[in-house]
Amino acid sequence: MEEILIELHVRKTIHTTNVDEILDVNIKIPKYGFVTFFGKSGVGKTTLLRIIAGLTKPDSGYIKVGNEIWFDSTKKINIKPQQRNIGFVFQDYALFPNMTVKEHLLYAQPQKETKYVSELLDVFHLKGLCQRKPDKLSGGQQQRLAVARALARKPQILLLDEPLSALDSETRQLLQHEIIQAHKNFHATTLLVSHDINEVFKLSDFVYIIENGKIQKQGNPDDVFNSTRLTTNIQLAGQILNIEKNVLTVSINNTVTEIITTEDEISNLKVNDKILITVKATNPVIRKLTDTENLQINEKLKCVEAAQSDHPLASLP
Amino acid sequence: MPLVLPPSVLGFYLLIAFSPNYWFGNFLDQYFDIRLAFSFTGILIGSIIFNLPFMVNSIQNGFSNLPVSLKDASFTLGKSRLTTVFRVLLPNMKPALLTGVCLTFAHTIGEFGVILMIGGNIPGKTRVAALAVYDEVQALNFDTANKYAVFLFLFSFIVLLFIYSVNREYLKWKKF
Repeated sequence: MEEILIELHVRKTIHTTNVDEILDVNIKIPKYGFVTFFGKSGVGKTTLLRIIAGLTKPDSGYIKVGNEIWFDSTKKINIKPQQRNIGFVFQDYALFPNMTVKEHLLYAQPQKETKYVSELLDVFHLKGLCQRKPDKLSGGQQQRLAVARALARKPQILLLDEPLSALDSETRQLLQHEIIQAHKNFHATTLLVSHDINEVFKLSDFVYIIENGKIQKQGNPDDVFNSTRLTTNIQLAGQILNIEKNVLTVSINNTVTEIITTEDEISNLKVNDKILITVKATNPVIRKLTDTENLQINEKLKCVEAAQSDHPLASLP
Repeated sequence: MPLVLPPSVLGFYLLIAFSPNYWFGNFLDQYFDIRLAFSFTGILIGSIIFNLPFMVNSIQNGFSNLPVSLKDASFTLGKSRLTTVFRVLLPNMKPALLTGVCLTFAHTIGEFGVILMIGGNIPGKTRVAALAVYDEVQALNFDTANKYAVFLFLFSFIVLLFIYSVNREYLKWKKF
């Protein structure tokens, strides 16, 4: 049986723009695990991380880490964030504009350990940039610095709040790899907040799906997503641009495609409806992309990401 | 409070407080041998009290313009409130601090009511440039008044120019 590091049962009312939602979570996280909280935005994933970090106070419940009690509403215990041995990577990175890369790491350490600082600089490829300030770093470099700074304190728990959401897909993949490495090298129990399925699969060994403030599903990513995600079908989300007899003109992923259907199928569809198209993945034609095609697709992905909020795909879980 | 109080009212009460006939002024006089009424130290203290809100306002603005996550990040790195304020927050709001300092300074230079009340416009002692302009006009010495006025005008202009040029440098810093 794995050793349990974090035992947590908290309740907190979250005030959203529409309704007040109650976050009620009861979980146990094993030591050295890599756990993801998955769900749509606004369900309280970030709040949960902030509660663990001590930045947000839950209404009731308890948080136990190892043998220490970090929060207990019945005993009125609430340890300050400063005394919780954590590393927090914020969604906006929260880098300090007045400090250079190296100063960030030195500031984060309780005792100056230059050897550990240079190890972090090495691991996160920041060595050549150590005299730069955050505004002179690229998005990926800023993200690396944010993770390195969080690890500089040698935290027991590393909390990552959608750390890769602002990056393009290429950088994201690179950094996913680095986060796995960091997780292994620095032995921190890692909690990630994400709404990207690929990321969950790649990084975590356990996933909690949060919906309506509750944990709806939990398990390893394969099991949790298997029923809906891993099938022999390919599902495409699209939007109907035009209907002519039994021919649908659909925009999928910024590509306009014509689909022939039966009249039955389209009887209850109208223009501008968002639809899900399921295609059998058996016997597809597969070939490797040429370099130019690869570039084009990357460009397209960037566009899609930029427009993700109003893209039909965004509405899918 | 000093923001909404008319300067002469504040000056009046400070003058009363500083006067050796009342307990505070008496206390200062007896134990420290300090007389604040009609002295340069007096108008200095009066100006500080009167102009403090400008500085406080600027600092408040500075704090509220910083992303909250900076403070949170510093806390999660195990740093106390005090360390966070001095190492992270204040260094990242230099434009606000500078604006505060310059505004307060310029405002103090031009202060009239409080100074007149506490200082009493004693030549060579508590007569400041702004008072001198008024005095010279009263005495119909428009030439001298003009000299003082031009000096004050240029001075304020230069201070303002300085704030904007330095702040522009800082604003080139990208915000996070």
